[in-house]
Amino acid sequence: MNFDLGPYAAYIWPAYAISAVALGGMTAWTVLGWRRAKARLAALEKKE
Amino acid sequence: MNWLFKYANPHNFMRLSNWLLPVCAVGAVLCLAVGLYFSFSAPPDYQQGATVLLLFIHVPADLMAMGAYVIIAVCSLMSVIWRHPLSDTAARAAAPLGAVFTFLGLVTGALWGKPMWGTYWVWDARLTSFLLLLFLYLGYMALWNAIEDETRAARACAILALISVVNIPIIKFSVDWWSTLHQGETIMAGKLAPVYLAPFFLMMAGYAFLFGALWMLRIRTFIVERRARTLMVSA
Amino acid sequence: MSPFLTLLGRDLKLAARSGGGAALALSFFALVATLMPLGVGADLTLLARIAGGVLWVGAVLAALLSLDRLFQGDYDDGSLDLIALSPLPLELTSFAKILAHWLSTGLPLTLLSPLLALMFNLPPQPTLMLVVSLAIGTPAVSAVGAIGASLTLSLKRGGLILPLIILPLLAPVVIFGAGSVAYALDGLSGTGALGLLAAFSVAAVLLSPFAAAASVRLNLGS
Repeated sequence: MNFDLGPYAAYIWPAYAISAVALGGMTAWTVLGWRRAKARLAALEKKE
Repeated sequence: MNWLFKYANPHNFMRLSNWLLPVCAVGAVLCLAVGLYFSFSAPPDYQQGATVLLLFIHVPADLMAMGAYVIIAVCSLMSVIWRHPLSDTAARAAAPLGAVFTFLGLVTGALWGKPMWGTYWVWDARLTSFLLLLFLYLGYMALWNAIEDETRAARACAILALISVVNIPIIKFSVDWWSTLHQGETIMAGKLAPVYLAPFFLMMAGYAFLFGALWMLRIRTFIVERRARTLMVSA
Repeated sequence: MSPFLTLLGRDLKLAARSGGGAALALSFFALVATLMPLGVGADLTLLARIAGGVLWVGAVLAALLSLDRLFQGDYDDGSLDLIALSPLPLELTSFAKILAHWLSTGLPLTLLSPLLALMFNLPPQPTLMLVVSLAIGTPAVSAVGAIGASLTLSLKRGGLILPLIILPLLAPVVIFGAGSVAYALDGLSGTGALGLLAAFSVAAVLLSPFAAAASVRLNLGS
C-alpha cells in the first residue's frame, strides 16, 4: 500500500481522520443510544 | 405496497432489522476495510496526484448526504399520504446521519479544494449548495426537537421536508447559475479511471451499509423508547 | 365587504401601527444599508459592486423581522382560532396575510431601495434592476416566510428556528435578485435572472398558502 502522499499528505490525512472520527462517533452515539433505551425498557419491564 | 405496510408494524420492523441490521453492519465493515486497502493501493492520478484519495471519501459522503434527504422526503410523503406510522420515525432517525454526511462532504471538499484550487472554501455550486443542505438538515432537526407534541412535530417536519426537497434542485440550479456568474475555478472532469472504480464502489457501498445499519438501529431505538414510555405512563 | 378584504384591511392596519412591523422593517433596512459601508469602507467602486447583495440581504432580514406578526400575534390572543372558523378557507386567509405582509414590508422596502442604492453609488440602470428585482422577489420572501412562521407557531422560542428553516429556501431568491443587479452593473442583461426570480415568486406565492394553511391547522390542533 502506498502511504507516501507527497505534498498532499497535509490534506489527505486530516480528511481521513475527520471522516473516521465523525463516522466512528456517529456509530458510537447510535449504539450508546440503543443500549441506553434497551436498559431502560428492561428496568421498566422488570418492575412489572 | 402491501409489503410496506407490513413493516409499518413496529413488531415486524424489529423482526426485519434483527437480521438485516447485522448484515448491513458486517457489509459496512468489510466494504470499508477492503475499500481502504484498495484506495491506498491505487496509483496516484497523473493529474491530481495522491489527492484522488479524497475522492473516495468525499463523493460517498456527498451522495449519502443527498440520499438521506431523499429518504427523509420519501418517508415524509408516506407519512402525509398514507399516515404510515413508522415513516415519521424513519425520517427522524435518518436526519442526524444525513447531517453528519453533509458535514463530512463539506470538510473533505474543503480539504480537496485547497490543493486543487488553492483555497479551503470556494463559493462554487457544489460546496455552496451543500452548505445550504446542512442548514436544511439543522432546521429539520431543530423543528423536531422544538415541538413538544410528537404527532404535531411529525406532521410539521413532514411539511418542512416536502417543501425543502422541492427546493433542493432549485437551490442546486440557482447556485450553479450563480457560481458560473462569478467564473472561477475549473470544473473537474467527471471521468473516473478504471483503476479507481473498485475502491470508489467499495467505499460507496461501505458508506451506504453504514448508513443502513445505523438508520435501522436508530429506528429500533425510537421504538424501544416508545415502549418504555407507554410502560411508564401505565405504571 | 368580503371577508378576504376585511382580513386584509385588518392586518394592514395592525402592521401600520407603531409596534406593527412596517416601520420596523424599514428602519432595519436603512440601518443595514448605513452600517455596511461603515464596516466595509467608503470605497465607492466596492460599494457599487456589493450594493445588490447587501441591499437584498438587508431586505430579506428586514422582512424576516416582521414575520412573527404574520400568524403569531393572532395565535397568541386566540384570534387565529376564530379566523380559522370563519367561512373564508384557511388557504385564502393565509394568502390574505401574505399579501398584507408584502404590502406592509416588501413593498415599502422596494420603494425605499433606490434611496439606499444612491448611498452605495449604484448607477441608474442597476438601481432600476434592484427595484424591479425587489418588487418581484419580496412577495416570495413573504410567502416563504409565511410557511416558516406557520410551522413555528406553537413554539415558545420559535423565533430562533424560523431563520434557520427559511434561509435555505430563500437562497435562490437572493441569488437571482442580487444576480440581476450584478449583471446590470457589468453592462449585461439581467432579465434572465429576473425571469427566474419571477418564476420562483409565482410558484412560492401560489403554493405557500396551502402549506401555511396545513401548518396552521396542525398547530390549532384540528
